[in-house]
Amino acid sequence: MLVFAGMFFIIILQLMNLQLFSSKYKIMADDQGKFRKVIYPDRGIVYDRKRRPILQNATIYDLMIIPNKLKGVDTFSLCKILQIDTAQFNKKVVEVIIKNGRSRSSVFDGLLSDEKMAMLNEAMYKFAPGFYLQERPVRSYPYDAGGNILGYLSEVDTNFLKNHKNEGYQTGDYAGKTGMERTYEKVLMGQRGIEYWKRDNKNRLTEKLENGRFDTAAIAGQNMHTSLDIELQMLGEKLMENKLGSIVAINPKTGGIICMVSSPTFKPKFLTGADRKRHIQELLLNPALPLLNRSVGATYSPGSTFKTLQALIGLHEEVITTNTQFSCSGAFYGCGGGHPMRCLDFGTFNLRSAIRVSDNTYFANVMQKVITNPKYPNQDSSLAVWARYMNAFGLGHKLGVDVPSEKRGLIPTPAYYDKIYGKGKWNFCNFRSVSIGQGEVDVTPMQVANEMAYIANKGQYITPHLVDSIEGGDKFNILAQYRQQHSAIDIPDSIFEAVHDGMQGVVDGGTGMAAKVAGINICGKTGTVENYFRGIKQPNHAFFCGFAPRENPQIAIMCVVENSGRFGGTYAAPIVGLLIEKYLKDSITEKPRLDRIEQLSNLNLIPSRIYAALRTQDSLRHVKDSAYLAAKGFIKAMKDTLGMDDEDEKDALDKMKADKETAKKELPARDSSTTKPKVNIEGILPGDKKKPETKDSVKS
Amino acid sequence: MKQRNPEIGKGVDWLLVWLYALLVFIGLLCIFSVEYRSGDSVIQSFLGFKKNYSKQLFYFMACIVLATFILLTDSKLFTATANLSYLIGVLLILATFVVGKEIKGSKSWIPLGFMNLQPVELCKIFASLALAKYLSMQETDFAKPKAQMVAAVLAFSPAALSIMQGETGLALVYFSFLLPMYREGLPPIYLIAGVAMAALLVVSLLFSTKTLLIAFAVLAVLFIYFNRRQVKRNNQLLIATFVIWGFCSLFVGVGIPFTFKHVFKPYQANRIFSMVGVDNPFADKNAVETMSPEEARAKQKKNDQQNYNVKQSKIAIGSGGFFGKGFLKGTQTQGDFVPEQHTDFIFTSVGENFGFIGTTLLILIYLALILRIVVIAERQRSTFSRVYAYCVASIFFFHVTVNVCVTVGLAPVIGITLPLLSYGGSSLLTFTILLFILVKLDADRQMVLR
Repeated sequence: MLVFAGMFFIIILQLMNLQLFSSKYKIMADDQGKFRKVIYPDRGIVYDRKRRPILQNATIYDLMIIPNKLKGVDTFSLCKILQIDTAQFNKKVVEVIIKNGRSRSSVFDGLLSDEKMAMLNEAMYKFAPGFYLQERPVRSYPYDAGGNILGYLSEVDTNFLKNHKNEGYQTGDYAGKTGMERTYEKVLMGQRGIEYWKRDNKNRLTEKLENGRFDTAAIAGQNMHTSLDIELQMLGEKLMENKLGSIVAINPKTGGIICMVSSPTFKPKFLTGADRKRHIQELLLNPALPLLNRSVGATYSPGSTFKTLQALIGLHEEVITTNTQFSCSGAFYGCGGGHPMRCLDFGTFNLRSAIRVSDNTYFANVMQKVITNPKYPNQDSSLAVWARYMNAFGLGHKLGVDVPSEKRGLIPTPAYYDKIYGKGKWNFCNFRSVSIGQGEVDVTPMQVANEMAYIANKGQYITPHLVDSIEGGDKFNILAQYRQQHSAIDIPDSIFEAVHDGMQGVVDGGTGMAAKVAGINICGKTGTVENYFRGIKQPNHAFFCGFAPRENPQIAIMCVVENSGRFGGTYAAPIVGLLIEKYLKDSITEKPRLDRIEQLSNLNLIPSRIYAALRTQDSLRHVKDSAYLAAKGFIKAMKDTLGMDDEDEKDALDKMKADKETAKKELPARDSSTTKPKVNIEGILPGDKKKPETKDSVKS
Repeated sequence: MKQRNPEIGKGVDWLLVWLYALLVFIGLLCIFSVEYRSGDSVIQSFLGFKKNYSKQLFYFMACIVLATFILLTDSKLFTATANLSYLIGVLLILATFVVGKEIKGSKSWIPLGFMNLQPVELCKIFASLALAKYLSMQETDFAKPKAQMVAAVLAFSPAALSIMQGETGLALVYFSFLLPMYREGLPPIYLIAGVAMAALLVVSLLFSTKTLLIAFAVLAVLFIYFNRRQVKRNNQLLIATFVIWGFCSLFVGVGIPFTFKHVFKPYQANRIFSMVGVDNPFADKNAVETMSPEEARAKQKKNDQQNYNVKQSKIAIGSGGFFGKGFLKGTQTQGDFVPEQHTDFIFTSVGENFGFIGTTLLILIYLALILRIVVIAERQRSTFSRVYAYCVASIFFFHVTVNVCVTVGLAPVIGITLPLLSYGGSSLLTFTILLFILVKLDADRQMVLR
């Protein structure tokens, strides 16, 4: 009797141990027996200013397979539709079984193209029940434009998961990687729903746990209305075809971005659907950097477009008046005869005519007067005052645009020159080229467009932004910053009128006549920007910026065509002219203007070094090791520029690595400097910092 | 019929019968909970004879009929035919060598068409009867080694045959006959020696041979040192100490390694070691290498399967918690995670659905059943009935203990059923007959002195 009771007592003790004191088994049971299924809500739709959807949702299909139900499937016709042979089919089935097992469904062919889908749909009865089609929501771009603005979705990586803990993301989720998809991820994402399911020993979901008592419903993402004009965007992209560069247009009244072109760009459709991976790899390895949003992510010297700002400072600091005259006898000799800054128009200029013909000597004199202003104790403080003006104009700092990867640019400060020349060992003559927007000054196209809006508004700007309103309210308080006027320095209207006069002169009868549009008073300014790549002088960048109409500014716009050669008026001005016409008149109908569009669009201004880099890349591909190194170095440079992390770039590398495994061994871990000498493609980025002291002046 | 009915019920121990019915009913519920999925039509499947629970219900009805017949029989029949039935049982086991059907790796089944019969299972009844018969004979003097030998042969020969068929689990059940023999005067030294051997075995599995040899030596020296006075007076104690010490050392140093290397198959050895939670130190590395990859994989697979079973079983029971998840709400049960859950691992469904309360209650019901049988045994006037009752009690005890120990991870995986709960006609039938013969014998206890 005792033996019986004793033994049972031991059993009960073990039962207590298992059932009452160890939570391990409960966790293990939940792990294998329950499944937390995330229900993805529809992402928000993005509309342009005329309420046309420019980013919405579409459904494409995955072909799913359940390996243990394959019996009786018409494999032959399936292979025919999928364009694979039986051996490939069998290989794929085996892969799927290894990955997910026999009784679970897995993706056999993901993101089917429309044709395949149509053919499959018709013949699907032959393939059931081993195969079925599963809906999968993707993003669609009805106008297939604005890839750089709208951005794309990408699978989240470990870094992202680490940075966004407790936000409900899990591996395999998609999140906005670039553009608005990234900035407004929270708004567009909506709220995920969660369903709890029971799961069986073969990992199949059987039924909802307790009839869905613990489930939460998914809430769709919020729709957004932007200030973007998709037609203008498309026209801009068309005009920038075969060119490197950028266009930014802003509504000066609201700060709303009307169009933002970065060229080369990419068809956003490429980044959804069947061949997404391949397209991303191509884009990542393209030396022209199509994924870089040049509008905010590339910096250039502003060139002569800077002169308008110099004029504002000069007038407000009262070192010149609108009637002050300087004459140009061939160069600026204010710093002695050593390396005079040339000017091409001989003669004597006042402010208006100096802006009109973009006279270098005039603005060198203006800035010299500002820097040597006796009002301030030394050049240190006067340069600081100058820099403060520039900051107030929106330069030298990030504007806070709602597009990711914005660059801050550069406005030199006394501290900056102290570092280069030593404290007190510099004067105006060291940086005289800054007066005409060369040398140590960098701006982004967005900053220039914003500066035009500032001039158009006569002294104030609203931070440029894409999104005007969010349906259902701005829950994350993102938009408040885009309602605020910025006017740090109070400059009287008369000063602006003088500058406007000069700028109107530029278009009416100066360097920017190519921008002229009949019946519209356009104020503009050209710029022809010297630039260097690895210390070698490259063809000039063409700049044109302006606003229109002068009386009631509706659009402030900036265009840069990289390495176009010639002058800013030659290539950038006509593009701006066409865009202003399109925007203000709503359409371009005249034949000669339409011809002009085609002509400009077909004009190929891609610098030869891009083609050279492409050739190098191709030849490197023959030597796999170097190609791998090159790709790695390139992608790193790319990544630094774009400021983004993407799983896809790893894939691009992995693909190359697979070609030759040994390549990796020779790679010095994470040391890009050692890879640099071998790699010639790494630095094809606009705004290369290695500029020698500017010797020559450039007239525009 | 009406006049006979009271006669059937006369003297029947209704408590035992109700306990029996209760357990079978719990068993039906458990099998139902294992198989039922929401949406199934209950009545249809219960009548459909397709699902295990409906089959079990059918077996139960058959058992009721059989039990009625047993109660209608003259109890003298059991004594009279004990030896004959034993013979038939052994012959049936032998028959499996010829016509046996292989199920789950053991060739111990006879296909009958509507069900598969396992003679070893049935033979438990016959062996119990035969043992009871032998021990109750006037001329048997159980104090004599010869009688002990005969009893041992009676009890263990079906087990030996069963081991030859690869059915180790059921063979072990026959060890439960040691208990009634002990009650009938088997010297306790056998039991003590058995328990000591078991302890020694476990210890030798847990620690390395070297450690144990040193420990035994130290223990022997210490024993002699502390008992030096007695030892001086009594030489025999010294000799006994040396003999025990020598035996233990030999057992650990030679016996265990030999057994594990040459007697057990590697997978059996692994199973035993995995139970105590250490790696098999006697695993022959060379043997594994010379094994063909397919063989090695198959063995590995079997081993993994065993571990998987126990792990899943523990998860299911452990996740039940105090109150359980509720009837038909167990995620592990509904998800088919526990293999063999309707047969050998039926206890897990109790554990998951009804929690600690359910399992404890079930254990207590079993304890009540066994203790009731012991009470019945002690009130018998004939040796035959008493021995038989003890046989029944210990067979139940052995089955319950081992089965539950396996599911909670206290014993290596031995394939035996949980009496009256596990699905299976053979098992249910055997226990029903076993129990109702006892009920009949008990009902007639006043009749004669057997």
